[in-house]
Amino acid sequence: MSNVARQTWDVVVVGAGGAGLRAAIEAREQGLRTAVICKSLFGKAHTVMAEGGIAASMGNVNARDDWRTHFRDTLRGGKFLNHWRMAELHAREAPDRVWELETWGALFDRTRDGRISQRNFGGHEYPRLAHVGDRTGLELIRTLQQRVVALQQEDFRESGDHEARLRIFQECTVTRVLTEGGVPGGRVAGVFGYARESGTFLVLDAPAVVLATGGIGKSFKVTSNSWEYTGDGHALALLAGAPLVNMEFVQFHPTGMVWPPSVKGILVTESVRGDGGVLRNSAGRRFMFDYVPEVFRAQYAADEAEADGWYEDPEHHRRPPELLPRDEVARAINAEVKAGRGSPHGGVFLDVSTRLPAAEIERRLPSMHHQFKQLADVDITREPMEVGPTCHYVMGGVDVDPDTAAATGVPGLFAAGEVAGGMHGSNRLGGNSLSDLLVFGRRAGLHAALHAGGLAPARRPRAGDAQVAAAEAEALRPFGGAEQAGGGAEPENPYTIHTELQRTMNDLVGIIRRDAEMAEALERLAALRARAERVAVEGHRQYNPGWHLALDLRNMLLVSECVALAARERTESRGGHTRDDHPAMDPAWRRVNLLCALPEPAAGVRLTRRGLPAMRADLLDLFEREELAKYLTEEELT
Amino acid sequence: MSDSTDDPTGGPTDDPRAEATADGGTGAGAGPPRRARLRIWRGDGPSGRLTDYTVDAHEGEVVLDLIHRVQATLAPDLAVRWNCKAGKCGSCSAEINGRPRLLCMTRMSLFAPDEVLTVTPMRTFPVIRDLVTDVGFNYAKAREIPAFVPPRGLGPGEYRMSQEDVARSQEFRKCIECFLCQDVCHVVRDHEENKESFAGPRFLMRAAELDTHPLDAAGERGLDRARDAQKEHGLGFCNITKCCTEVCPESIRITDNALIPLKERAVDRAYDPLVWLGSRIRRRRRDD
Amino acid sequence: MATETAPNAPASRAAIGARHLRTDRWWLAPAATALALLTFIGYASWRAFSDADYYAAPYVSPFYSPCLAEACEPMRGGPNWALVGEWWPLSPALVILVFPLGFRMTCYYYRKAYYRSFWASPPACGVAEPHRSYSGERRFPLILNNAHRYFFYASAVIACVLTYDTVLGFRDEEYAWGHMGVGTLLFLVNIVLVWAYTLSCHSCRHAMGGRLRNFSRHPVRYRLWTWVSRLTGRHMALAWASLISLGLCDLYVYLLATDVISDPRLF
Repeated sequence: MSNVARQTWDVVVVGAGGAGLRAAIEAREQGLRTAVICKSLFGKAHTVMAEGGIAASMGNVNARDDWRTHFRDTLRGGKFLNHWRMAELHAREAPDRVWELETWGALFDRTRDGRISQRNFGGHEYPRLAHVGDRTGLELIRTLQQRVVALQQEDFRESGDHEARLRIFQECTVTRVLTEGGVPGGRVAGVFGYARESGTFLVLDAPAVVLATGGIGKSFKVTSNSWEYTGDGHALALLAGAPLVNMEFVQFHPTGMVWPPSVKGILVTESVRGDGGVLRNSAGRRFMFDYVPEVFRAQYAADEAEADGWYEDPEHHRRPPELLPRDEVARAINAEVKAGRGSPHGGVFLDVSTRLPAAEIERRLPSMHHQFKQLADVDITREPMEVGPTCHYVMGGVDVDPDTAAATGVPGLFAAGEVAGGMHGSNRLGGNSLSDLLVFGRRAGLHAALHAGGLAPARRPRAGDAQVAAAEAEALRPFGGAEQAGGGAEPENPYTIHTELQRTMNDLVGIIRRDAEMAEALERLAALRARAERVAVEGHRQYNPGWHLALDLRNMLLVSECVALAARERTESRGGHTRDDHPAMDPAWRRVNLLCALPEPAAGVRLTRRGLPAMRADLLDLFEREELAKYLTEEELT
Repeated sequence: MSDSTDDPTGGPTDDPRAEATADGGTGAGAGPPRRARLRIWRGDGPSGRLTDYTVDAHEGEVVLDLIHRVQATLAPDLAVRWNCKAGKCGSCSAEINGRPRLLCMTRMSLFAPDEVLTVTPMRTFPVIRDLVTDVGFNYAKAREIPAFVPPRGLGPGEYRMSQEDVARSQEFRKCIECFLCQDVCHVVRDHEENKESFAGPRFLMRAAELDTHPLDAAGERGLDRARDAQKEHGLGFCNITKCCTEVCPESIRITDNALIPLKERAVDRAYDPLVWLGSRIRRRRRDD
Repeated sequence: MATETAPNAPASRAAIGARHLRTDRWWLAPAATALALLTFIGYASWRAFSDADYYAAPYVSPFYSPCLAEACEPMRGGPNWALVGEWWPLSPALVILVFPLGFRMTCYYYRKAYYRSFWASPPACGVAEPHRSYSGERRFPLILNNAHRYFFYASAVIACVLTYDTVLGFRDEEYAWGHMGVGTLLFLVNIVLVWAYTLSCHSCRHAMGGRLRNFSRHPVRYRLWTWVSRLTGRHMALAWASLISLGLCDLYVYLLATDVISDPRLF
């Protein structure tokens, strides 16, 4: 115990991306002492990778936009599986969250009259994405980071200590959320983790913990996600007794780089298509016209002339089909490649070079230009890019209360951002994730602060020494992996297990799914879990990447099992979940959420069904009856 | 842990050989690998040394791919800081053959096939282990630059700025904080003692960014960012030798667009009697 | 933050003995710069101190223009204005060369050039400088570099005079107007480069609009700033080009004045 540093805080935020920092800022502004723990350096979170923009119906470019339209678009994109209350809060509050960033120093691109410019994006009826070129995520994270520093400067003026009320523990990993009595479902008591650079353990005692750890993409082989995306928050919630929802819905972004191999999966922003880029197959055909599904026929152009007219005159033209929601485009690309009409490296062509002048491309898409030039020797102002689907985002996540972001079943646990589920239904629209971070990051921070502030110091739960010792033993296990395995079994290499996990998920629970393959995936996952018990690492605890990966494996395996279980259970295709053996969308399934929980850690993940709450009448009235008929059951319509 | 480089474990990154087969013949083409020789700094600051490794290198790979291959096959505890692997987060800063670079954006094709690549941690900062340095200096300096001051009387949603007015600061906000400019700047690289009084190019650029922000109201609070840059943050140390600009992976023209204009603004305050007099008169008139 | 979680004593830098690990020919650029600058300094000093062969009608060497001493050679139409009396014992070039010399000495490009190539501070990026301490431009004499804008003002005036000289070049050796020689062409090229270099100056860019916070309220100055900014991007190239053209103009006049060559008339 002596080697565990222990500190007391009011609110602990796990993750320093958009949601985590927004939550921390809110909690600190509520007057609570707030600690943020993040795996990377401060300001390097995966949010920096977001390119397109922040969706918010400010109506700066098209004054007809309002929150109702945004709400409608979000539900259409999510195929009506979204938690309507989250979608409503999100659409209503997003503009305020964007404007607030400006008062913290953010510099978005401007309209002619000096407002925040907004751009078109897939699934959004009006130009809606506040952006800065194609590096909006960087602007967001830097603004929040600088806001944190501004608050620290305030605290320094008052107390002489920058970190008196807001501190970032960077390069630290949380391995356990501590609960009262150490039982799943007990009140939150703090977190246990280790500092990556020194390997020393730390406990932060706090009655409120906000999970803002992002997604799970590192369980897949081809992904746009960074190494941090190992599903930590998802797993921490499960282990603490909170269920996950909608885990079968994983978004494959239609356009990731496919070549060279070392960058396969890196994102090519949707703005390329929003600004005029078109998709072609090896025959030169704009194939997206062949893939407009029935439910979207009314909103999308039927031929090239109409589609091209839309960029200049959106009032009188329907949208080009390249701007369909991401799941549709990803499936279309997948189908083209499978049909043998792919590009040389197994993707399709995304061409903006014949659509915009070179200078305009460099101005609007600077980081894409840079990325292709540097990494692939491709000049996107002269030649098309090769792109293909890449694992991008998980719609599923911790089941939360829409208004407070409180996790179900664990008092004091909150979740916001990608790690929370429900908001995006079965498929997320581009741009809705950055706004999600801000809206629900703030809400999580606020309610975590209210929760912590409402507890008298004496009534705060505290994790006992035994619980901390158990967490420590768990974290140290890989160093003694070989002995613990016993029975003469060979120790396992964490890198090997990780590679096999990625291949399993990519090949068997990927963009197109089949029952038999998922059954096989579950078997393989069980075997990998057994092997992961025997993972052994060499060397010392100081900045040891092998050890870090060994600990992250637990999370990735847990989360992957949830994805595979839920995906096998849902016998329909909807949004980010496509079943080869059940290709149609089934209104009966729309009313069902699948929840994953871990009631007995040793027994593995269990799946339960829960009804989706019925939408409030005034929100339902925002849609035409004809449209609702495509999604809802007869019973619901009457 | 197998020492054989034939082991197709790709480490945290995707292994291209696995790629070519797993994709079911979609033709993700990587030519036959060649052997690349790396000399990597291992250990801490005082007692570390350069250690030689030989691993496969495939077409299209970057130096970080090779470091990961060393990690996955030869030295599982090799410490390297990285994150996005797309040149957007600025984590994997190090020095390759003595030049500060992002490991993830340095393609192997840049070097001759028989060239030995020496990979060392950023020289200006203390080494934690192997290629990982303690960049706390930069976070400390970040706190010394006063934050954006919102203008009084303008609420959220009321900000109006034209594109030409924000463009200058936007260039500086492209910064991914890789700290390569801080690393290469000889003011602190060659003179540890200057660290206390010199903010470095990254944070002088931050001062320039705020000084050109069209709505920053620092002046109303009695802050003078250009003067402070000179007096507090060590702008005078800069002798505009442009290494910061040379190493910037975002191609920000740090010297031409941030440091020199900031120096000129500082000259307005300190050394230009005409401008000084003019601003005095104007200020008095405003006070009246 | 990062440091606070480390349990060990404060870490230190990597103990790499070598001054640098660069494998390219990093010394080439500073060496070439030094050689070129030294060549020019040598040539210019000889010419400036020589006090001879700087006028060959209708051309005056740019090193001696404007010629402000009483001792100047007679030039019809200028640019010789005897502002400095007989007491000036030295070459008249020295009266005026102070300004362009000062302009170039304090120029943001030349500063980089001489700090790197003469003072090795640093010789190249990532190559350690040999000095034990470093105070930058915060003390005398380097703090004087902050006076760059005054030299810019003076050099702009001199550039006007050189423009006037170029116009005078449209005469023949008998001072008849409407003629042009190879020298006129040379002077034309020179004056374009001199202006381009002078206007591409960072102080000029600052004066045009760089000091403004809101471009949108000053559209004309914004236009000027944009234009100058484009030139400023080529400041280094213009610095060298104009230096060479100045030297060549002077050399041409010298060769004419010493009758080594004669000016080929175009018309």
